[in-house]
Amino acid sequence: MYQAIVFLPLLGCILAGLISLAGARARFPGGEPSEFDHGHGGHESHAAAHDAHGHDDHGAHEPAAAGSRFAELATTALLFISMLLSWLAFVKVGLGQEEFRAPILQFITVGDLKVDWGLRVDTLTTVMLVVVTSISAFVHLYSIGYMEEDPYRPRFFSYLSLFTFSMLMLVTADSLVQLFFGWEGVGLMSYLLIGFWYHKPEANAAAIKAFLVNRVGDFGFSLGIFAVFYLTGAVDFDTIFAQAPALSGKTFHFLSWDLDALTVVCLLLFMGAMGKSAQFLLHTWLPDAMEGPTPVSALIHAATMVTAGVFMVARLSPLFELAPIAQSVVIFIGASTALFAATVGLVQNDIKRIVAYSTCSQLGYMFVAMGVGAYSVGMFHLFTHAFFKALLFLGCGAVIIAMHHEQDIRRMGGLKSRIPFTYWMMFIGTLALTGFPFTAGYFSKDAIIEAAFVGHNPMAIYGFVCTVIAAGLTSFYSWRLMFKTFHGEPHDHHHHEAAHEPHITMLVPLGALATGAILAGMPFKELFAGHGVAEFFRGSLTFAAGNKVLEEMHHVPVWVALTPTVMMALGLLVAWQFYIRRPDIPAALARQYKPLYTFLLNKWYFDELYDFLFVKPAMWIGRTLWKRGDGWLIDGFGPDGVSARVLDVTRNVVRLQTGYLYHYAFAMLIGVAAFITWFMFASGGH
Amino acid sequence: MNQALQFPALQALYPEILLVVGAMALLMLGVFRGDRSTGAVNGFAVLLLVAAGILVCLQDGTASAFHGSFVSDPFARFLKVVALIGSAVTIVLATEFLSAPHRQRYEFAILIMLATAGMMVLISATDLIALYLGLELMSLSLYVIAALDRDSLRSTEAGLKYFVLGALSSGMLLYGSSLVYGFTGTVEFAGIAKAAQNGGLGLTFGLVFLFAGLCFKVSAVPFHMWTPDVYEGAPTPVTAFFASAPKVAAMSVFVRASMTAFPGIAEQWQQIIVFVSIASMVLGGFAGIGQTNIKRLMAYSSIGNMGYALIGLAAGSPDGVQSVLIYVSLYVAMTLGMFACIIAMRRADGPVEKIADLAGLARTKPAMAFFLAMLLFSLAGVPPLAGFFGKFYVFLAAMKAGLYTLAILGVLASVVAAYYYLAIVKIMYFDEPATPFEPMRGELKTVLAVSGLFVLLFFVYPAPLVEAAAAAAKSLF
Repeated sequence: MYQAIVFLPLLGCILAGLISLAGARARFPGGEPSEFDHGHGGHESHAAAHDAHGHDDHGAHEPAAAGSRFAELATTALLFISMLLSWLAFVKVGLGQEEFRAPILQFITVGDLKVDWGLRVDTLTTVMLVVVTSISAFVHLYSIGYMEEDPYRPRFFSYLSLFTFSMLMLVTADSLVQLFFGWEGVGLMSYLLIGFWYHKPEANAAAIKAFLVNRVGDFGFSLGIFAVFYLTGAVDFDTIFAQAPALSGKTFHFLSWDLDALTVVCLLLFMGAMGKSAQFLLHTWLPDAMEGPTPVSALIHAATMVTAGVFMVARLSPLFELAPIAQSVVIFIGASTALFAATVGLVQNDIKRIVAYSTCSQLGYMFVAMGVGAYSVGMFHLFTHAFFKALLFLGCGAVIIAMHHEQDIRRMGGLKSRIPFTYWMMFIGTLALTGFPFTAGYFSKDAIIEAAFVGHNPMAIYGFVCTVIAAGLTSFYSWRLMFKTFHGEPHDHHHHEAAHEPHITMLVPLGALATGAILAGMPFKELFAGHGVAEFFRGSLTFAAGNKVLEEMHHVPVWVALTPTVMMALGLLVAWQFYIRRPDIPAALARQYKPLYTFLLNKWYFDELYDFLFVKPAMWIGRTLWKRGDGWLIDGFGPDGVSARVLDVTRNVVRLQTGYLYHYAFAMLIGVAAFITWFMFASGGH
Repeated sequence: MNQALQFPALQALYPEILLVVGAMALLMLGVFRGDRSTGAVNGFAVLLLVAAGILVCLQDGTASAFHGSFVSDPFARFLKVVALIGSAVTIVLATEFLSAPHRQRYEFAILIMLATAGMMVLISATDLIALYLGLELMSLSLYVIAALDRDSLRSTEAGLKYFVLGALSSGMLLYGSSLVYGFTGTVEFAGIAKAAQNGGLGLTFGLVFLFAGLCFKVSAVPFHMWTPDVYEGAPTPVTAFFASAPKVAAMSVFVRASMTAFPGIAEQWQQIIVFVSIASMVLGGFAGIGQTNIKRLMAYSSIGNMGYALIGLAAGSPDGVQSVLIYVSLYVAMTLGMFACIIAMRRADGPVEKIADLAGLARTKPAMAFFLAMLLFSLAGVPPLAGFFGKFYVFLAAMKAGLYTLAILGVLASVVAAYYYLAIVKIMYFDEPATPFEPMRGELKTVLAVSGLFVLLFFVYPAPLVEAAAAAAKSLF
């Protein structure tokens, strides 16, 4: 059963991939892929596709490959099976006290290094399994409608399924190396899916940016894995965790410093998490990743891949519990991200980017929880966030489809009457995100803020302050998005008139996820943040002996418990005042505080800063090595230079051959004279 | 008195005598029968050259004549055979050239025979007088042959240039000889060697002038300037002759004089040879690249190849001499094959000699293109062809003698030279075909095939040549 969960998506990927390849062959029978040459052999198969399925391709630039519909249905169906099995696993493992380990294959055995493929299914894994397969299944379903005009659907579904497989490999990993395999797999699929519309230059740039920024984090991650192997001689979790207590107090000697080994290891591993989860300093790729298709944003850049970092910290809780300095860093980065991303989200105008910054911010919340040692609370927020954030993204996708690919909220407005279902679904998502009482987000977010308040880490209070402020900002920008999009006067009447509710395959996932956004909180509260934690998670999370956060958070003062809700209400009111009652205020404020406004609008100038610090120098080095190093030095003095000098010499030598007798005779005499002179001086006049 | 009347022992001279007497007889034939006899004269000339070669092979041991100024030893016999082959093949190659009505000249074959006789004297010379006699007999014949095509401006210009510069070089050689005689009191190589144990600047001056004259004959830099002009201007079969047999003779006297007359001042002449060798290799490589005329290209090729042969001489060891002999033999074989192709480069309206005329030869005449390509690869020194072994032996000798710089520069220069050899292969195989040539005549085909197969298969059984060269080299020490 557990194997089926992981490998069914791989099967789907292979099926859809084969169909995609067959389609590519049919499209370019000569093997010469060209944008303009559709080939001749393809027509029959296209016609066959039409006859067989009879689906409509309105507005398609070119017909899709034969079997597209089969690819969609097969991958989606397999994902739904996988989802059902995951929920079953959740019940069996989480509630039924069962644990599952399955070796699959031996992978590497070299000296002390022993890496095997294996599945490790404990409660932590099943939580992730449920999240990944549920969101993925609904995103697959949603994509059938969303991508219906795209001729390359089989490839898209193949990527989606392969992504899901990689993510499942990541969460079921039994060793750091397998975790890394899944980690890189999802990174690769993220790259391919962001750049799915590869004819768009921005999409390609965003895909490359995502990949490169993640490389920075992965560099730290791999160093962390090496360090762990150096310390423990193993990469599988059981051995590492068993040895972890013995490692505290050990040091690395590096450049005359003695560094605490566990702190270094945890920080290096956390660096990987920062890249994957788009945390402060390594966050720049996430907003740009919105160039990809919206279902991709919902699946990868909201619900699953970006939470891999959070999952990793939770998985490695036995190590982090022993490294308080590393925990402080985690809180600091998480809290800073939560606040920073929220401030940027205040002024963005692209509907998807607002949600992207919101994701960034919410991931910061999760890391705050991880840092203070409330791992289960962080996982709780991960769990609820997956539902409402995926819902918001898919809602955005529905809006974008309705507005004919318009993404700027300044050109929307008044859509509530045109697409009421989408509106209400997004309304639910926004309630959950802002932490409206008794929605899913309310329970998990409040729990994080309370945990931060009671945390014993010196950095915890910073986490508390940041998350509280961010809660208000979250409420403001979320409602700003809602009000500007759905309320007020329409700004683009043409699109407004044409707006319509999307296809049923897109509405069903919205409804399902909205249900999740409401129900994912209350029933699971006790398991994740209440008294059932120890029994639910058992050995999959480790809490140090002195870690009483989960206990103490139930005894916070009343004002702390109320603060998030108050902040939420405050944000809602301000947003209402700004965008419903007095729409002129925001513009006036932006004028009055123009420097602040542009600072936020330009995302704290991080892109420009990195461009100046890293991109420009790297380009300069590359260009220098290319132009001066390769072109001038190596080519110039190497092949080109040598051949050019040979020709120069040839030209001069040939010029000597004048054809005049006296020149020739002169050369002979000069030759003799030279020899004689040489011997007169060389032999010392003997 | 009695002794003076005694008939001198002339066994050592039989081949030369045969050639000279035969040449006189053929001259008579020509004079009385006129130009119609050209074909017959050619045929007899080839027969006589072959007969002379057989006589050379029949000789054994070391025999001398004229009070030791002429010697027949294995060294001489080895080179004489090579020179005779070169001369005989040249006459064969010239058959077509001489068959045109206005070019039926019986003198060609006779001059070649006389030149060959001069070469044989030169090869066997063991004193300065015999050396000069042989050299002049050879050279005067060559001057005339160069201008054989009297109606062609280029041919006469070539002959005249060759004559004037040749005269200058002969003057230098004579001046050098007189200096050597002045400082040693003898003209015999053995005597010079004995007297020149301690060297001296005057003797060195004589050596320089003597070597200048010899360098001119092997067309080594800086005494090479005549070569491209004469090669280009002379009729092609004549050029083929210039490039083969006379080079062998000149190289042989170079080697014999250096090894037997000046072993005491080896340090001095080695410096000259090293410089001349490097300069020849480098110039032969670089200047060849700029050529469009294939005969000029062969001129620079021969300059470069003489440079490589001189490497072996610079080594100054039995190994070195052996390598020179091997190199020269292989060089003659390759050159004759090359010229068979060049002579075959004719269209309906006459011969052509541009490299570009070979374009696409692989499609119009695949067999000719293949053999020509093999010869070019061999000249470039690509293993396992014959040319590679020639270079291998000279470099090996240089390394054994400690002349690393010379060997390395030689290898580098051969890279440059490889460019123009391979460029011709590229033109033949990859360029669009030009107008096809006239069908190749039988004798040219034969020469090309023999030469091509020789360079192609030399590596299978190199022992006879290598061992003969080793025996020949040993006789000098």
